Amino acid sequence: MTTLLSVSDLRLSFGGLLAIDGLTFSVNEAEVVSVIGPNGAGKTSAFNCVTGFYRPTAGQIMLRGRSLRGLRPSAVAALGVARTFQNLRLFGELSVLDNVRAGAHLWLRQNVLDALLHTPRYRRSERECTEQAHHWLDFVGLRGDRYGEARHLPYGEQRRVEIARALARRPDLLLLDEPAAGLNHGEKTELLDLIRRIQALGVAIVLIEHDMGLVMEVSERVVVLNFGKEIADGRPEDVRRDPAVIEAYLGSDTHA
Amino acid sequence: MTGVPDTTPEGAPEDTVRSTAADTAESTDGSATAGVARAAAPNEATGETANEAPGPARKTAEVRRRGAGRPPTRASRLLQNRWAGLAGLLLALLAPFVDATPYALSVMTSAAIFVMLAAGLNIVVGYCGLLDLGYVAFFAVGAYTSGVLATRLDLPLVATVPVVIVVTVVAGVVIGAPTLRLRSDYLAIVTLGFGEIIRITANNLDVTGGPSGIYGIPGLAGSPVAFYYLTVVVVALAVLGAARLGRSRIGRAWRFVREDEDAAEAMGVHTYRVKLAAYIAGAVWGGLAGVLFAAHLSAISPGSFTFLQSALVLMAVVLGGMGSVPGVVIGAIVISILPEILRDLADYRFFLFGVLLIAVMLLRPQGLWPARSKEVP
Amino acid sequence: MTQLIWNGLFVGSFYALVALGYSMVYGIIKLLNFAHGDLYMLGAFAGFAILGAVGGVSSSMALPVLLAVLVVTMAVTGLAGVALERIAYRPLRRAPRLSLLITAVGASFALEYGMRAAAGADPRVYPLRLGGSSLEVAGARLTLAQLVLVGVAVVLMIGLNLLVTRTREGRAMRAIALDPTTSSLMGIDVNAVISRTFFIGSALAGAAGVMAGAYYGKIDFLMGFLIGLKAFTAAVIGGIGNIPGTMLGGLVLGLLESFGTFWLGGEWRDVFAFGVLILFLTVRPTGLLGERVTERV
Repeated sequence: MTTLLSVSDLRLSFGGLLAIDGLTFSVNEAEVVSVIGPNGAGKTSAFNCVTGFYRPTAGQIMLRGRSLRGLRPSAVAALGVARTFQNLRLFGELSVLDNVRAGAHLWLRQNVLDALLHTPRYRRSERECTEQAHHWLDFVGLRGDRYGEARHLPYGEQRRVEIARALARRPDLLLLDEPAAGLNHGEKTELLDLIRRIQALGVAIVLIEHDMGLVMEVSERVVVLNFGKEIADGRPEDVRRDPAVIEAYLGSDTHA
Repeated sequence: MTGVPDTTPEGAPEDTVRSTAADTAESTDGSATAGVARAAAPNEATGETANEAPGPARKTAEVRRRGAGRPPTRASRLLQNRWAGLAGLLLALLAPFVDATPYALSVMTSAAIFVMLAAGLNIVVGYCGLLDLGYVAFFAVGAYTSGVLATRLDLPLVATVPVVIVVTVVAGVVIGAPTLRLRSDYLAIVTLGFGEIIRITANNLDVTGGPSGIYGIPGLAGSPVAFYYLTVVVVALAVLGAARLGRSRIGRAWRFVREDEDAAEAMGVHTYRVKLAAYIAGAVWGGLAGVLFAAHLSAISPGSFTFLQSALVLMAVVLGGMGSVPGVVIGAIVISILPEILRDLADYRFFLFGVLLIAVMLLRPQGLWPARSKEVP
Repeated sequence: MTQLIWNGLFVGSFYALVALGYSMVYGIIKLLNFAHGDLYMLGAFAGFAILGAVGGVSSSMALPVLLAVLVVTMAVTGLAGVALERIAYRPLRRAPRLSLLITAVGASFALEYGMRAAAGADPRVYPLRLGGSSLEVAGARLTLAQLVLVGVAVVLMIGLNLLVTRTREGRAMRAIALDPTTSSLMGIDVNAVISRTFFIGSALAGAAGVMAGAYYGKIDFLMGFLIGLKAFTAAVIGGIGNIPGTMLGGLVLGLLESFGTFWLGGEWRDVFAFGVLILFLTVRPTGLLGERVTERV
């Protein structure tokens, strides 16, 4: 097992507020790691640090030995990291297919002259781009209209489109921010299956999730955050029994 | 193990579902009423079925339900689009046979140049969502560059075109680089300031002829009719080029930026560079329109490049439909020809334009001929 | 030297007065009210119309009449601002920012050319002119009229500052600026407060318009365009949305222009001002007194 992503001693503060206070974890190739913790524990902030949306105050973020610190989000994406957002961020007024085509932006080979002259290379790359978009929509099992605007799809379907868009990037590392939020039971079961199929493609996944059933089922390791501090990191069954974790979630008797 | 392997997409079953889904897409989409369809509720057929297990029975049911509409082929759709463009071009080419008085030719040539401006601004405002209120600055840069070079160095106007392209690209970078990092509303006012800077500078410098401008700029063609045809051809190419850019990788990136900059960044779109590219493309279109303008009037002065001009081009884009190529062409023709028809209303014309701008935003923000977000399979 | 400073402060107080409306509206609904400069123009014309209706004014009565006209004009432009918000901006408050900006451009156009249609394209001569004696202070020549106008501007700005920092109304404005949704949950009538903000901002612009008309003597339908841009520049220099910052920004811009004109020549004054704007936006977009904001994903 080789390490894909390693985060060490990550710190992030907004003014005086310490959002992340020394987070260390690593993700191996094709591994599923969950980051859990109560609301406001700093999970999404950690995602934003890894993907370049926030500048961490201190610490290291390495992807295959390359530092991601100081890179803008598009540069992080170019190194093979894709993500979804906690509050769906689809391009609402664009077609579903165009949304997924966004994932192809990095690998599509065509330049402005190709586009102006409609060269064979342009036609080929556009065809490939559309085929890939369809492929990933099939992969996530989208049932709704692919040609209409993304915002007209039902919520659960929009979640699928967002994952398809991230997959079309062909990432090595996929960060999913609460993918099960707002999904019903059936959809959650399908999500579980989808995550396993993504993993089978060789993609490593970091998952922020509140649904413990899903987390325990799908993760190989679980990292637990509380008030910006890491309180546990281990196999799901170990973390579940960890007293510090139980205290964070349920509160301890001594304080009650 | 690196990345997702390239699997060959599509099996036959999905294919059928896809083409049928397209039928429903098509049935809600009339090209002129797409904007209304946009506001409609989610597709009923696909609305609340997300939790149903996908099975063959369900698929066939859907196929039946969706098969009702007449399936238009890709070719027929393309033909429609192309027909609209060709019909417009044909109309422009035949117009001189209807009325070839110098006045009519002059109005039509101006309108064609205005179409090119609108197509250029549409790249910036319509595709990329950046409000540029000083677009006329690039028009001025193009017109003055070619005018100064042609009159001072006795160059034929065509020879100035490469220089104009270089100068407008530089102008686009100089104006765009510091401002495109800003919030969109700051950008609007800064571009307005730049428009004024260019105009005042042209007014103050000797090389640009000061307030009286430049006279005796050589033409591009022998007769007004020939020049009109030349303009129509150049403008048609410019419009086609803008449309093609809009459909390509960079054009999609522009729309991603317009819709959601963060999501675009997350997908690897370098939003700053992409915005700069839109800005530069707009600058080149504006600059080349400026060359046509200089050749058309043979004299240019700072008075032709006021904020009023920028606002009129913006109005054409908004009225026609931001992001829609046929829309902005129609918008530009309406804005440039209408005042000629409604001469009696001259005093109220710009007042009415202002009211119209508000009314369009309030009542029909997608414009007369909206951009189609539905795709045709 | 002192003359340059005085000229700068004088012009700067005009900029500050107009910039305040810009800044307040931006602070509360994050809209660049493009038509704001045109409310200044509207104020100048409203004052013109009122003075025309009153008839001839002897020069000894000029000042009291001017102050009375000022108050009426402020009411008129204030209401015009409220109407503008109600008709053109409120329906679009949840629409994309681009739509709102375009609407504001349309409103600016409608006001300018509506006035042109109503009052004609040629400049009008103000029926009341503040002339009067001048005095020398530390080598600078300043006229009584200038002193009075600066005085009025200062009084208005102090009043505004008290309103915003000391009253319930002001607290409501600041609350909405921070978070409109929560404010409405807390029982603040968001629409009413926004209307009042437009009223105050537009009234200040109207006051500046009348004062400019009386001081410079000529008004025309495009007079608001340039000052709108300058006021925006002033607001950005000081920190848009920040009231003391905006006042400071107006004065700083006035001073910069005064010295810039001296060094470069009058024809480059506006280029210089916009250059300063672009420099500020590039180097310090939050302005002199603005706070740095982190945008959240």
